[in-house]
Amino acid sequence: MNNPALDVRGLCMDFGGLRALNQVELEVRQGEIVALIGPNGAGKTTFFNCITGIYTPTQGEIFALPDGKNRVKINGRKPNHVTELGMARTFQNIRLFPSMTVLENVMIGRHCRNRSSILGSVLRDRHTRAQEAEVVARSYEMLELVGLERWANELATNLPYGAQRRLEIARAMATEPFLLLLDEPAAGMNPQETLRLEELIDHIRDTYHIAVLLIEHDMKMVMSVSDRIYVMDYGQRIAEGTPEEVSKNPDVIKAYLGEDAHD
Amino acid sequence: MQQIIRALLVSLWFMFLTFPILVIKVDTINDIIVWRWMNALYIGAGVLLLQALWHAWKHVHALRKEDRDRDAVAWAVLVCLPVLWLAWIATRNTDKPLHVADKVFMILVAPLWLVDFLRSPQDRQPDWHDWPCMILFPPSLLVRAYLGLFRARGEAVSIPGVEHPNLLQTMLENQKAMRPLYLLLLVLAVCYPQMVEFYQTNIMVNFMIWIVLGLGLNIVIGLAGLLDLGFVAFYAVGAYAYALLNHHFGLSFWYVLPIGMVFGAVCGLLLGYPVLRLRGDYLAIVTLGFGEIIRLVLENWSSFTHGPSGISNIDRPPFVTDLSIMQATEYMYYIMLGLLLMTIFVVTRLKNSRIGRAWLALKEDEIACQAMGIDKTKTKLTAFALGATWAGLVGVVFAAKTTFINPMSFTLMESIIILSIVVVGGMGSIPGVITGALVLILVPEWLRGVEEYRMLAFGAFMVMVMVFRPQGLVSARRKVYQYDKAKAVNAHE
Ligand SMILES: Nc1ncnc2c1ncn2[C@@H]1O[C@H](COP(=O)(O)OP(=O)(O)OP(=O)(O)O)[C@@H](O)[C@H]1O
Ligand SMILES: [Mg+2]
Repeated sequence: MNNPALDVRGLCMDFGGLRALNQVELEVRQGEIVALIGPNGAGKTTFFNCITGIYTPTQGEIFALPDGKNRVKINGRKPNHVTELGMARTFQNIRLFPSMTVLENVMIGRHCRNRSSILGSVLRDRHTRAQEAEVVARSYEMLELVGLERWANELATNLPYGAQRRLEIARAMATEPFLLLLDEPAAGMNPQETLRLEELIDHIRDTYHIAVLLIEHDMKMVMSVSDRIYVMDYGQRIAEGTPEEVSKNPDVIKAYLGEDAHD
Repeated sequence: MQQIIRALLVSLWFMFLTFPILVIKVDTINDIIVWRWMNALYIGAGVLLLQALWHAWKHVHALRKEDRDRDAVAWAVLVCLPVLWLAWIATRNTDKPLHVADKVFMILVAPLWLVDFLRSPQDRQPDWHDWPCMILFPPSLLVRAYLGLFRARGEAVSIPGVEHPNLLQTMLENQKAMRPLYLLLLVLAVCYPQMVEFYQTNIMVNFMIWIVLGLGLNIVIGLAGLLDLGFVAFYAVGAYAYALLNHHFGLSFWYVLPIGMVFGAVCGLLLGYPVLRLRGDYLAIVTLGFGEIIRLVLENWSSFTHGPSGISNIDRPPFVTDLSIMQATEYMYYIMLGLLLMTIFVVTRLKNSRIGRAWLALKEDEIACQAMGIDKTKTKLTAFALGATWAGLVGVVFAAKTTFINPMSFTLMESIIILSIVVVGGMGSIPGVITGALVLILVPEWLRGVEEYRMLAFGAFMVMVMVFRPQGLVSARRKVYQYDKAKAVNAHE
C-alpha cells in the first residue's frame, strides 16, 4: 500500500513564455485515490498531458513504478508507451471514437494487451480467434463494470453525456492500468450520477487494486472520495494533505476565494 | 357485367400489391406490427372509382376523337389524380415517416408514369392499370418480400431517428439474405465471359481492377482516414515493375505479381514515412505531389522507363497452351476475378481485426488513440503499405492486360477517379466501394452510346451524391458483437 506508483519531481512546462507548470512535486502511492484540484487554468490538465507523454516537459522527472519497486523514467516517452506501461487516462473534453460502437471503443483499450498480427487477422487462426474472444470478453467485463453493457453495440456518439464519461473510464480500464488518471470525470454529471461515479471509483480501487489520480472541481466529491489532495494554482503546488488538512489550509482558501480585493 | 367483375379484380389486385406498403406497418419502437386494414379498403374503393372514371373518359374520348389538345390535358388530369391520390394515401396518417425507398418511389415512379402516359395517348392500350402495377410492384416490394424471408435476429438496439438507412443498405446488412445473392453473383461472375462478347469481358476486367484499387485506397482513406491523392503512383509502380522486369529479364506474370505487391508496399512505406505528421489537407497536397513526382520520373527518365512513349509488347499471363487474344482476355478475366475475391476476403477480415479497429480509432481521434496505447507511427505506416500493396498488385495485372503502358495511364485524373469511387460508394464500406465502382466505371461504360451526355450526367450525379448522401451510397456499419456471458464462462471451465 505504501509503495509509490507515480513520482513526479520538479516538473516544469513552458509554453513559449508562459510557465504552465512550475516545479510541481507529486506522489501517488499504490492503491491510493489522490485528487488534484485548483482553480481554472491552474495547469492540472497540462500536468496530465505531461505525465502521459502528450507534452514533453521542459524540466523535471517523472517516474512510474508499475509494480511499486522498479522506477521507470517516463518523460519524453510516447503516449502509447506510457499507456502500455500501465498509466491510462480520460480526457476533460470527452475524446471517444464517435463512429465506433461502445464495445469497440473499449476494445481499442485492449489493443496494447493483445499481440495478434496482421497475417493472423487475415487467416483467423486459432490463436487469433482466442485473442479476439478474450478482447471481447474483457471489454464486455469493463462495460459491465461501468454499467454500459446494454449499449455495447450502440455508436459511442449516441450515448448520453454521463455515459460517455463512464465509457472513457471503461476504455482506460481496459488497458489494465496500475494508475488511472481521470480528468474531471464528474463534469456535466448530475448529483446522482456523481454519487454513482464516486462509488465506481471506490469500487475500481478496491477490486482492481489500482491507484487513481483525479482532477475534479466538485469539492463534495473530492472531499469524500480522495485519500489525499494536491492543490495547484498558477502552475504551482500550493498545498498537499488529507481532505481535512487541505480544507483548512489558508493558502487554499485564498486561492479559491481570491484576495484580489486587497491589492 | 364482365367489366364490373374485371374492375373488381383489378381493385383486389391493387389491394394485394399495395398491401406490404400500406397495410402492414412495423412499429420498430415497440416491435409490433400494425395492421391498417382501412388503407386496403381505401385503395380498393379508389381504384374502382378510377376505373369508373376511366371508362367514362373512354366513352367521351370515343365520341370526340379529333380533339387532340384537350386530350392531352385530360390525360394529364386523369393520370395526376391517381398519382396524387396514391401519394396522399401513402403519406397520410402515419406517425412514422415513410421509408426512404418508398418516398423515392413516389417521386421517381410518379413522373415516369406521367411521362409514359402523355407520350402517345392514341396508341396506348386502355389497360392503364398495367403500368402502375408493373412499376409499383418491382424493386421496393420485391426487396421487402425477400428480406421478409430472412428476418434478422438479434439486431442491435438502435436508437431511432439517428440515420435512415436506404434500401440498399438494409439489404446489404442482412447477412443471411445476402448469402444466396452472393452465391448467385459468383455464379454469374464465373459464367459471365461465356455469355457476353469479348468486349464486355474486357470492360469487366477493367471494372474489377478499379474495384481492387478502390478497396486498396479504402484502407488508407476509408479506414485510416489518411487523404491520399497520389494513390495512382503505386498502381504505376506495379505496372512498371512488371513491364520492366518482363522487358529486361523476361520474368513472367506470376513471378512479378508478388514482386509488384512488395514494390507497392515499399513505396507505400516510402511515402508514408515522411508524411507521418501530416493530416487532412496537408497530407492531401503532399501525396498529390508524390503522385506527380512518380509520373514525372516515368515520363522523363527515358533511359530507364522509355519515357512518354511507354513500353510495349509486354507478355500476357502465360498459360499452358498459347491463347488467342479473346481467350487471353477470358483468362485475364478469371485471374482478375480470383484476385478480386482474394482482396475482398482479406480486406473484410482486416476491417474487423485488431489493426482495422486501430485504423478507425486513428481516423477518429489521433490523440485519444495514442493515449489508449496504439502506436501511431506503426498503424499509419501499415495503412499506407497495405493500401499500396493492392495498387501494386493490380498495376501488374493492368500491364499484363493492356500489354502496353505509358505514363498517361497514371495521371492525377486516375487518382481522382479512385478517390471518387471510395467517397461516392461510402468510405470504409466494402460493398460501398463496389457500388461506387459500379456507378462510376461500369455505368459510364455502358452509356458510351450517349457519349455527349455522359460526363454531364456523371458530374450531376457526383454533386447529388455529395449533397444528399455525403456519407456515400452505402455507409460503413460497425460489426455487432454478440457476447454471451454464460457461454464464455462455460468455455473457460
Ligand atoms: N498547448 C498549449 N499551448 C499554450 N498554452 C497552453 C497550452 N495548454 C495549456 N495552456 C495554458 O496553460 C495553462 C493551464 O492550462 P490547463 O488546461 O492545464 O488548466 P486546468 O487546470 O486544466 O484548467 P481547467 O480547470 O479549466 O481545466 C492555461 O493558462 C492555458 O492557457
Ligand atoms: Mg483542465
